[in-house]
Amino acid sequence: MEIVVASSVAVLTAGGVYLILRLRTFPVILGLALLSYAVNIFLFASGRLASGLPPVLSRYGDATYTDPLPQALVLTAIVISFGMTAVLVIVALGAFLESGSDRIDIAPPEDDAAPQESHR
Amino acid sequence: MNHWIIAPVILPALLAPLIAFVMRHDLTLARTTSLAGAVAIVAIAVGLTVASGSGETQVYYLGNWPAPFGIVLVLDRLSALMVLLTSVLALIVLVHAVATGWDARGRHFHALFQFQIMGICGAFLTGDIFNLFVFFEVLLIASYGLMIHGGGRERMQAGVQYIVMNLAGSTLFLFGLGVLYASTGTLNIADLALKLREIPIEDAALVRVAAMLLMIVFALKAALFPLQFWLPGTYANAPAPVAALFAIMTKVGAYAIIRVHTLAFGPDIEATGPLAATWLFPAAIVTIVIGALGVLGARALLPLIAFSVLGSMGTLMVAVASFTPEATLAALYYLVHSTFAGAALFLVADLLLSRRKDQTLIPLPATVQNGLFAGLFFAAAIGMAGMPPLSGFLGKLLILDALRDPGQMPWAWGAVLAGSLVTIVGFARAGSQLFWESTSIPVAAPTGPGHGPVTPVRAASAFEIAPTLTALAVLAALSVFAGPVSAFLAQTSEQVFDRDGYIGAVLGTEAEDQP
Repeated sequence: MEIVVASSVAVLTAGGVYLILRLRTFPVILGLALLSYAVNIFLFASGRLASGLPPVLSRYGDATYTDPLPQALVLTAIVISFGMTAVLVIVALGAFLESGSDRIDIAPPEDDAAPQESHR
Repeated sequence: MNHWIIAPVILPALLAPLIAFVMRHDLTLARTTSLAGAVAIVAIAVGLTVASGSGETQVYYLGNWPAPFGIVLVLDRLSALMVLLTSVLALIVLVHAVATGWDARGRHFHALFQFQIMGICGAFLTGDIFNLFVFFEVLLIASYGLMIHGGGRERMQAGVQYIVMNLAGSTLFLFGLGVLYASTGTLNIADLALKLREIPIEDAALVRVAAMLLMIVFALKAALFPLQFWLPGTYANAPAPVAALFAIMTKVGAYAIIRVHTLAFGPDIEATGPLAATWLFPAAIVTIVIGALGVLGARALLPLIAFSVLGSMGTLMVAVASFTPEATLAALYYLVHSTFAGAALFLVADLLLSRRKDQTLIPLPATVQNGLFAGLFFAAAIGMAGMPPLSGFLGKLLILDALRDPGQMPWAWGAVLAGSLVTIVGFARAGSQLFWESTSIPVAAPTGPGHGPVTPVRAASAFEIAPTLTALAVLAALSVFAGPVSAFLAQTSEQVFDRDGYIGAVLGTEAEDQP
């Protein structure tokens, strides 16, 4: 199981890093989503991997259990990354509709030299 | 248990949804509520600062769970100071936004503003590192909304960059927390500090990775080289009052480094050693250089101010990087100063640019009240560049005085002094282009051919100028009352380095039981 978890974190991270280095917003958003999946699995594994065990202490004998705290952390992380991705999608869409371009980098400096009133 | 500790988090958290849902169609009511909330938080923050002055580290156990298991809020002098700084700055910025009508240029300004205050205050108060992540996200998501407030092409594009940068940072933060939890089994900062002392040196690799990951995240927030690329674009394109509020956002990163890397990953911990200082110091030096060159090379006013803020972060972090009580005192003094200096510059720039055709540094016909704006800009620039009589001079003096270590002194002194000189040149050039040379250009005829009548430019009212003057007055007060302030800050940095006091206060009697 360790090898499956470890390699899935590795593959998701590698894919995510590759995608956030693209120049267009859509791959970047996908890349950030992949990275957040990778970190969720990683956090899950930070409480040691144990399958088929209850996440609480048992009253009946000293049965082993899985650490419940990483599960709570992952839940928080999922909610936050979901919300953040939604915000990013909307802002990226807004930027695309405003500028007609989905490039992630800001316009080259020769455009800036022209007088602009865009600070408003 | 002092329940006021959580008030700076609860109050804006209650006000924000109220403003967003109940008062969304009534701007006057939203403004009144938001301003009243900001005043109340200033009052609470003053009370907390007075309460923290006794030197006792007060702990608020959420849900009354004992320390390593539940989330704690910790009030010591440092967190009280930071909350006070946030609340005063927020009030100044809010009055400016209301006076200039910025809050009416988009929706939900006041709700987002309150959420922003909640996130920042929470980040300063929390004693749990995962809770720190959560408050970082709260303040970030509010800042995304504020950053694109008012819309516009450049602002939206800069907003996307800002969000992507910070989302990547959040992912790194989570990786760091995962590593930390896997190797220590705790997320409470005090408990973490205790556990990290006992980590044997051969198991220290993971801890070092976690310490560096967290430092990268905090350095991203503090805009340190090589993670400073987001700052000029974001600050220059954000609405000016929001950029003024963001002056505290970079300080959140600085605070997190002071807190976490002093308490948990301090130089006395065998597992990490002087790891943080080793990387922080050169990064801060390069940041000063980039900031100074940016000020010199900027062709427009807002990027110029943004680069000067970057340079001030470098100066601040040079002092933080030595992790000694004396240097931390200097860093804290400069932190308070640079927050208000940066905010004052952005507020002056907003007053000027709303009356000027564009922000490039070329002579244009003088605006109304040219002399007044020139004076305000001059004062704020003096503050930022670190010239007497304002507090920037004292702040830089304290920093230079604290960094006398032979290994650091040539680099730190050289960078800070040369950076200040270059910054002065940059500001002097900008000021003479914007204000002085503008007076020699005749004012154009009131109607342009084919463009219809030009709307007359409105003079700034006293209400609009008051926030800027207040920010400058704070700088003056910091320099007049430098003695009492630095006495308080000396106690603050002493308390920051009293690790056992913090751990004992948070974990109760357990600290004595464990070795």
